[in-house]
Amino acid sequence: MTPDAAIQAEGLTKRYGETTAVDSLRFTLPRGATWGLLGGNGAGKSTTIAMLLGILVPSEGRVTVLGHDMARNRFAALVRMNFSSPYVALPHRLTVAENLRVYAHLYDVPRAEARIAELAETLQLEEILHRRAGQLSAGQKTRVALAKALVNRPELLLLDEPTASLDPDTGDWVRSWLERYREESGCAILLASHNMAEVERLCGHVLMMKRGRLVAEGSPAELVTRFGRDNLEDVFLDIARDRRALGETTA
Amino acid sequence: MRASLRRIWGLVYRHLALYRRSWPRLLELMYWPVLQMLVWGFVTAYLAGVQQNMGSVAAGMLLGGVLLWEVALRSQMGFAITFLEEIWSRNLGHVFVSPLRPGELVAGLVAMATLRMLVGVLPAVGLAWLLYGFGLFSLGPVVVLFFAALMMMGWAVALGVTAMILRHGAGAEPLAWSVLFGLTPFACVFYPLSTLPAPLQWVAQAIPAAHVFEGMRAALLQGRVDLWHLGAAFALDVVWLALLGRVFLGQFEAARRSGALLSIGE
Repeated sequence: MTPDAAIQAEGLTKRYGETTAVDSLRFTLPRGATWGLLGGNGAGKSTTIAMLLGILVPSEGRVTVLGHDMARNRFAALVRMNFSSPYVALPHRLTVAENLRVYAHLYDVPRAEARIAELAETLQLEEILHRRAGQLSAGQKTRVALAKALVNRPELLLLDEPTASLDPDTGDWVRSWLERYREESGCAILLASHNMAEVERLCGHVLMMKRGRLVAEGSPAELVTRFGRDNLEDVFLDIARDRRALGETTA
Repeated sequence: MRASLRRIWGLVYRHLALYRRSWPRLLELMYWPVLQMLVWGFVTAYLAGVQQNMGSVAAGMLLGGVLLWEVALRSQMGFAITFLEEIWSRNLGHVFVSPLRPGELVAGLVAMATLRMLVGVLPAVGLAWLLYGFGLFSLGPVVVLFFAALMMMGWAVALGVTAMILRHGAGAEPLAWSVLFGLTPFACVFYPLSTLPAPLQWVAQAIPAAHVFEGMRAALLQGRVDLWHLGAAFALDVVWLALLGRVFLGQFEAARRSGALLSIGE
C-alpha cells in the first residue's frame, strides 16, 4: 500500500453475470492531486466511483481509501471523504440549511452551525439558506451539492459531473471555486466528467476508460501529444472511435 | 457511541424537518387510526344498544383491538415508509455513502416509526375516551407493554418489507402498506385464538400480536395480567426481530454486491 495515496485501486473488477463493467482497474491517486476519470457512456466510470465509495462490492480486486481497506473498514474512510453528483438529489422539501444540518450530523461535524455558516459564505448560499432545495435553480443546486460534499472537510472528494447542466458562467464559477478550494485545502479530487475543457483545466492526470478497461492515462498535455491532437476532446474521440495513439500498433 | 447517536439523530432530524412544515403529512398520520376508531366505535355503540348494554365488555374488546392493532400497523408502516421517503427523494445514494451504519439506519427508522405511531394512535385513543368513554389506559400499566410488544412486531415485519424493497426495488413498495393486513386473521385482534381452526392456531401462536390480544382480553374480561401470553409475545418479538434483522442485513449486503443500491428507486 502506498502511504501517501488517497485512493489505491488494485485489479478492481466488477462483473454482472457475463458482463464485465470494470476490468482489472489499477491506479493510485496521490493525496492532494486532482485526477480526471473519463470515458463514454457505459465505460465504467459510475461503477468505479460506486466501488470507491463502498456502495458496490467489487467482484475482484481491492480498494484502499485514505489508508483504509474498503472491504473491511469502509466507514473509517467514508467519514473522511465525500461525494457529489447531480444525479443524486438532496431532499427537495427541506431547506438548504436543514439539508446541510442533516449531513453535518451524519458526518459528525463539530460546531455544525459555524461550518454551515462558513460554507454559506464561501459558496454564496446565504440568501438561499432558508429556501427549500426543490425551489433552487440548477446552479444553486450545484453549489448546495458542493456544500454538502464539503461539510465534513473531506480529504478526498469524488465528483461526478459537477458542472453538468450548468450554464457556462456558473460552470466557470464552480471550476474556479474548485481550483481555489484544492489549493487551500490540499484535498484530493477524482473528477468524472464529459467536459474535456474542464478536465484539462482542473486535472493534473487523466484516466481514460473504455468498456470497463483503463485504455490510456497521463497528464492532459501528455495525452494530447501522444495522440498527436490539439486538445483532450480529440483524444477522447480517438479513443471512443478506436483510433490509436501515435506510434502504437494495432494488436 | 456519541457519534453513532448523532448519526441516528441526523436521520431522524431529516424526517422531522419534513413533517414540521407539512400539515397534510401530519394529518395523514392521524387519519386512518381516527377513522377506524370512529367506525368501530359506532359499531360497538350499536351492539351495546341491541344487547341492552350487555355488550359493553365486547365493545371494549373491539375498540381496544382496533386501537392496539393500529399500534402494530403504524409502527410497521412508519418504518417502511420512512425508508421509502429516502428512495422517493432520490437521497438514498447520499445516505448509503455517508458513515451511517446499517444498524444506525435501522435505529433511525425505528425512532421515526415510534414517533409516527404515537402521533397517529394517541389522538385516536383520546377520541375513543371522549366519544365512547373507552379508556385504553384504564387497563393499567400493562397497556404500555402491549404497545411495546406490538411496536416490536411492526418493526420486525418492516425489516422484512425493507429487505424485499432492497431486493426487488420499487416493485415491492406496495408491501409497505399491505403486508400486515394479511396477518390480521391470524393476529386474533377481535376474537380469541381458540376461534381459529386447529391448524391455523399453530400459525397464530407464532405471531406476537395474537398473544398480545389474548392478554388484552384477559385484562378486560378477568382484570388480570396474563404473564404467559405477554412473555410469549416478547419472546416471539425477539426471535422475529433477530431473524428478519439478519434477512435485512443479508439483503443489504446482497444489494451492495448486485448493484441494487444504485438503482433501487427505478
